[in-house]
Amino acid sequence: MLVNEKIAIEHGLKSDEYKKICKLLKRTPNLTELGIFSAMWNEHCSYKSSRIHLKKLPTKGKKVIQGPGENAGVIDIEDGDAIVFKIESHNHPSFIEPYQGAATGVGGIMRDIFTMGARPIANLNSIHFGSTQHKKTKNLLRGVVHGIGGYGNCMGVPTIAGQTSFDRSYNGNILVNAMTLGLVKKNKIFYSKAAGLNKPVIYVGSKTGRDGIHGASMASASFDEKIEEKKPTVQVGDPFTEKLLLEACLELMSGDSIIAIQDMGAAGLTSSSIEMASKGNLGIEINLNKVPCRETKMTPYEIMLSESQERMLIVLESGKEEIAKKIFDKWNLDFAVIGKTTNTKNIELFFDNKQVANIPVNILVENSPMYDRKWKKSKLPKKNKIDKTTLKNLKIKDTLKKILSSPNICSKEWIWQQYDHTVMGDTIQKPGGDSGVVRVHKTDKAIAATVDSSATYCWAHPLTGGKQVVCETWRNLISVGAKPLAITNCLNFGSPENEENMGEFVECVQGMSEACKYLDYPVVSGNVSFYNQTKDIGIKPTPTIGGVGLIKNYKKMITMDFKEIDNIILVIGKTEGHIDQSLLSRIILNEKNGPPPEVNLFNEKNNGLTLLNLIEKNFIKSAHDVSLGGIITAISKMCIKGKRGIQIKKPKFLINEIEYFFAEDQGRYLIEINPKDFKEVSEILDKNSVHYDEIGKIIDKDMIIDQKTKLTIDELKSYNTNWLKDYMI
Amino acid sequence: MKSSVITFPGSNCDRDMDVALTKFGFKNKMVWHNDQELPKSDLIVLPGGFSYGDYLRCGSMASKSKIMHSVINFAKSGGLVMGICNGFQILVESGLVPGVLLRNKYLQFICKNVHVKVDNKENTFFKNLDKKVLEFHIAHNEGNYFCTNDQLKEIEDNNQIAIYYCDQNGNTNDQVNPNGSIKNIAGVFNKEKNVLAMMPHPERMIDESLSGEDGSIFFKNLLNNIK
Repeated sequence: MLVNEKIAIEHGLKSDEYKKICKLLKRTPNLTELGIFSAMWNEHCSYKSSRIHLKKLPTKGKKVIQGPGENAGVIDIEDGDAIVFKIESHNHPSFIEPYQGAATGVGGIMRDIFTMGARPIANLNSIHFGSTQHKKTKNLLRGVVHGIGGYGNCMGVPTIAGQTSFDRSYNGNILVNAMTLGLVKKNKIFYSKAAGLNKPVIYVGSKTGRDGIHGASMASASFDEKIEEKKPTVQVGDPFTEKLLLEACLELMSGDSIIAIQDMGAAGLTSSSIEMASKGNLGIEINLNKVPCRETKMTPYEIMLSESQERMLIVLESGKEEIAKKIFDKWNLDFAVIGKTTNTKNIELFFDNKQVANIPVNILVENSPMYDRKWKKSKLPKKNKIDKTTLKNLKIKDTLKKILSSPNICSKEWIWQQYDHTVMGDTIQKPGGDSGVVRVHKTDKAIAATVDSSATYCWAHPLTGGKQVVCETWRNLISVGAKPLAITNCLNFGSPENEENMGEFVECVQGMSEACKYLDYPVVSGNVSFYNQTKDIGIKPTPTIGGVGLIKNYKKMITMDFKEIDNIILVIGKTEGHIDQSLLSRIILNEKNGPPPEVNLFNEKNNGLTLLNLIEKNFIKSAHDVSLGGIITAISKMCIKGKRGIQIKKPKFLINEIEYFFAEDQGRYLIEINPKDFKEVSEILDKNSVHYDEIGKIIDKDMIIDQKTKLTIDELKSYNTNWLKDYMI
Repeated sequence: MKSSVITFPGSNCDRDMDVALTKFGFKNKMVWHNDQELPKSDLIVLPGGFSYGDYLRCGSMASKSKIMHSVINFAKSGGLVMGICNGFQILVESGLVPGVLLRNKYLQFICKNVHVKVDNKENTFFKNLDKKVLEFHIAHNEGNYFCTNDQLKEIEDNNQIAIYYCDQNGNTNDQVNPNGSIKNIAGVFNKEKNVLAMMPHPERMIDESLSGEDGSIFFKNLLNNIK
């Protein structure tokens, strides 16, 4: 088939991009070459709309061993150990085929981690669905949860934390973001940079099939009514093969045979071979007849663009082929020498003894398009004037009941009970806490991880929202006693070609960047997912942040359950009564407008570090950050988990009671301390200028708010735990 | 005391079991499924996981692997064999214990703590155990034990039911049956009681920072009984 502009456009390329290809090649590409360009130059692989803005993010720090640009980021956790982690989206495929879409999302991110030599030790996920009234929501949720569990459980990697939300804006575009952490010795990290001439290029893992062809291009476009037809672009996962691949790769990595390794993820053999060559400033030559194929008569075009899962590309030291082959034979995996590194700096493909593609690598990578798209700055919305009598007429008990049982607050036990969260025997904080925590096997250290996003805040004001979500992860790590080290981000947005969506992206990134810089909390990996959009309607801007922290002595880990009767509960951080964009405002007052709560980075850092100091001194018995639903929602969860009650002592309110209990001001925590430590704790707080209120003390049972308002723990629990279970029946 | 844990392709609790056995004083060896011979052992463990991806039927392909001939012979000559979770499924498929394991009643994977009641202590696994009710952890998709009425009568008559799902006081009823197992059965023995097959994972409950410590009680007791 002769290639022309029309075919190029069908491949998702723009007219001027096609012209650029012809100009750079000084000829018309053939179909295989065009396929390669379309795979490398789509939004998903090339970051053409986002690159220019991502440069603003801080990516360096004392603990950073590897920032963005590799398969995953790496941070130092001392004693020669390092943590490799990354989050990635699998949104588009999960909407089309929820089970396989979500499963291969989990499989893909785990491969990114063990490609670097790390054994995966924890999975997390952030999943977002449309309105609970929407006809597709239930099936999508069920399918996604089964898919995540189906893959992660089989791999034997615990899923330790996650986040689930429902919002109308995801009706036509759900989000599935999967994150994995792996553990590696600092001196055994593997990279994707090829080196040396005539080194054998090895293909290992599953055979190549016709699944997932153009998956990355599909994920770089908006949806329309014909989306169901895209099912063949969704990959099919096989976690069993991936488990074998994991063990085989780690076995090979324990020796010294590997020069470079890269998993075949988005755009399969194309992007993996080109990335390795590009990083090593080399050429690569591949004989496509040698690629193990699942189906007969696959064409070079199909082989290069297949996104079949569970495959790896390795550049080996010469002469190590036999050693490597023996390991992959043991694990019953395909192994083939398919090519070699060359000095041409071109990617050259051969099939049936003919050259079928020959493209300079730098054209594909360095010359890929980069756009500085137009974007619109958003204004900070005006504060709503809330009618004080409306607030006064609200009954705390009814309001709390509605909030605790609302879809975005209720317990997600129905979900995480379907994930194996205890395999590997090191999970010391299960899902349902502020962060998941796993021990670093056979050491005193533990790693805490959390995923968060606040689409509503980001939608109301992207700059503030971007800051807020970074701080939210920071607080979740602090709350379990972990020192926050670094983040990974998954930036889910609508179309970059829409000025408003692009503006949301730019300003969220700006906000994240400010927060990360201030908190000394760099970004070490991530991904961008644009075109989460059906026709003209995009999702709410949803940057998802995965935060990772270190607990030096795991016995000092903090949980949120109330511990002991008579202990005092303090609210750390000032409650100003910010109601706009809170759950109270959205669910109870039915008010969707207004600014999100302000983020004060100084207080955020100061409060967090002071708390860590108190934890180090063993003063804190339980802790929980105050987020959605405000203080009273946070207290309820601590009561439910600890099976203890609280006698709430009314602080001297300057604001209305409802505002005090349900406001979503930032930078706040609840902590439990022993009365005998109160003096010392308050001195430390005062010395560090940290604002605190005493809000009550733990009692045997019941949450007693005032003489007329009392809730039993069972009541709180039933509001909180039943909604999702009942919904999914 | 010597133990061996068999690793099948897709096993994923083999390391956890090794950690647990070693912690409580076993000298443990890992054995590859493709080996013919078992090392000299006082206890053989088939660990949890997804051997052969659970394809075909859970445990069915693993039950035909090379090492299983030796395991079956070892069991038939009176050697102690314990299968946990996927190991239970393999033991069922290899015919060492009666019954089958169906998909969980609500068609969902379940990962949580459960209580189990130990009824029969006249065997090496539970002899001298102080507690009647243990808190264990389950993580499975196919743990719904089923057998024919005749088989059920037989295993009841022979005291082959090892543990039942129950509440914390030892009461068995539908509310505490996590997966729909017949009679709340969580584990069974072979006729001779030298083969124990159970769904719960004692190896995940071996220190205070984990889900609980009743696994420690189980392993310590087991070691003392073998000594």
